Amino acid sequence: MKRNPHAVAAVTCALFALAFMGAEKAKPAAKPKAEPIRAKIGVISYITGQGAAYGEAITNGIKLARDEVNAKGDVAIDLKIEDSSGKQEQALAAAQKLINSEKVVAIIGPTLSNEMFAAGPEANASGVPIMGTSTTAKGIPQIGKFVFRNSMPESQAIPAAVGHAVKKYNLKKVALLYGNDDAFTKSGFDTMKETAEKLKLNIVTIQEFQKGQADYKAQLTKIASLSPDAVFCSALYNEGGVILAQARKMGLKVPFVGGNGFNSPKVIEIAKEAAEGLIVATPWFGEKNDPKVKAFVAKFEKTYGKKPDQFAAQAYDAFHIMTNALKTAGAADRGKLRDALAATRNFQGVVGNFSFDADRDVVMTPSVLIVKNGKFAIFK
Amino acid sequence: MFLEQLINGVTLGSIYAIVALGYTLVFGVLDIINMAHGEIFMFGAFVGMLILSKAGAPLPVAFLGAIVVASAMGLLLERLALRPLRGRPGASHLASLISTIGVSILLENVAHKIFGSGNHLFETPFAEISFQLGGVTVYLVQGVILLISLLLMAGLALWLSRTRSGKALRATAEDLETAGLLGVDTNRMITVTVVIASAMGGVAGVLVGMAFSYINNQIGLSMGLKGLAIIIFGGMGSVYGAMAGGLILGLSETFVVAYGSSGYRDAIAFVAIIVVLLIKPQGLFGQAPAEAKR
Repeated sequence: MKRNPHAVAAVTCALFALAFMGAEKAKPAAKPKAEPIRAKIGVISYITGQGAAYGEAITNGIKLARDEVNAKGDVAIDLKIEDSSGKQEQALAAAQKLINSEKVVAIIGPTLSNEMFAAGPEANASGVPIMGTSTTAKGIPQIGKFVFRNSMPESQAIPAAVGHAVKKYNLKKVALLYGNDDAFTKSGFDTMKETAEKLKLNIVTIQEFQKGQADYKAQLTKIASLSPDAVFCSALYNEGGVILAQARKMGLKVPFVGGNGFNSPKVIEIAKEAAEGLIVATPWFGEKNDPKVKAFVAKFEKTYGKKPDQFAAQAYDAFHIMTNALKTAGAADRGKLRDALAATRNFQGVVGNFSFDADRDVVMTPSVLIVKNGKFAIFK
Repeated sequence: MFLEQLINGVTLGSIYAIVALGYTLVFGVLDIINMAHGEIFMFGAFVGMLILSKAGAPLPVAFLGAIVVASAMGLLLERLALRPLRGRPGASHLASLISTIGVSILLENVAHKIFGSGNHLFETPFAEISFQLGGVTVYLVQGVILLISLLLMAGLALWLSRTRSGKALRATAEDLETAGLLGVDTNRMITVTVVIASAMGGVAGVLVGMAFSYINNQIGLSMGLKGLAIIIFGGMGSVYGAMAGGLILGLSETFVVAYGSSGYRDAIAFVAIIVVLLIKPQGLFGQAPAEAKR
């Protein structure tokens, strides 16, 4: 019998069609849910350059959150990640690209406060919600009604640490020490001074140092000679660890209260036993006895091979806050998303109980920590 | 507090002086500002740290190791970055300055690759020995640093003025070609000078580690800049000038903090240097221009 090629083709086609139909039929049966809300979210982060470690932590936190959210299936987020290299103009260019070409529904980032002051006004003018996860300077949410942040400003963390230490140790006389050539340590110092004045503490001396200094003995000798009850110190961890070690070595044993710069295990790594008694306030505490925190830390460590830091945790929470608001808004609409975001109250994240105030700034209680037996523990 | 700050100031000043001695030696002979000196000093500190903290070996071994490594780096620096440029027709006076800047950038980045950018603890039991002096805690290290800086200064001064090789070195400094014609092996003298200066940098590195307990890959830069300022202040090429300048800078920095404002620590020290240079442009111990080498 002569085979008819047309018939063979037809049969093959029919078989394929059946197979496909079967597949089509099987799908809705397995997933009876409604179509997920599809949205593009832009991320601007400090991925290359000196501060690349921050950008890495932040994008890792966001990606982890995205995988969780997308696996659940009620929203489907497409991330568009842009590098700002820590530069204002690059952050602005990235924001413009995300807003105009990628047509994202919202932006997470940028990393630095300086960058936010460039990218924030642009997003605000275009009506795109933008949320900083690590921007702690004053005046960020005041840029406009589309600008948010979920990173606790130092102006909230430092008073908590100082207030706790003053109550606990009954401090009366304090010495202040800070790096005068860095915007971050300077602003931490301003808050410390303000808080000390508010609490009517007697400031016996204010000492300054410069970045990269190796020898702090002159300043510390002067502080020790005035015998304060405590030292409030605003420094980054590299300088901070050395200051602690040199202070203890020369016999200055009083408690130290630090700003966010001291809130790093690196301080303990550098200063060893000299770090004992250091007090800091932080929104993020990875050893917290909370199942949510524990699960996040375990998952993060499994995915990236290291423990999450504050930046990863805040970025992770930011993504969840954003997608929760998206669900409330019900559609990938920039205006509706903004209103839903602004209404966020009592969000339970890994960083803690989080709300926006009327100014879209952070409302949360920081944990006050003290270094005990070589690690950070809750300061009771 | 005065006594404590005095000790702080003398310790810091002695370290500055040892760093400055290395600069001034090379400048006096070669008329070259060796910008890589600070980084060689930093490597000396790291070698000392590795030997003491990581290998747990005793202090003299650390000094020896730092001296050996720093000397070897000095030798390489001379062979690879200075000698090829020397006496080349058309080579600018600044060529060797630029090439040492290149070496310093290279070394800083190599240190960054090997050791990272953070602080490293410099641990040695010797640095913990202290005694009470009139109610003030004095660390033995602080005395040792002063002693070593004085010994190095005296040794260098004696070597330059009293020995045959010192004389050859001064002749080389005076006029390279004439010294060569008179039978001085000038290439050898220059190599010896750079190696000795680097060895002193290595010693200074270990001392800094002991005094401040921490080192990082930036100390070469910060200490190096101070060392440069000191040789201008004390007089280029002068051994006593380096010593006096180092002590004056260390003490003034410390006392600005103790009795003035710590925010102006560097500013006041450098204003003092500018004032001295306005009055005596050749520096404290510098020779008057008429007797200058060139």
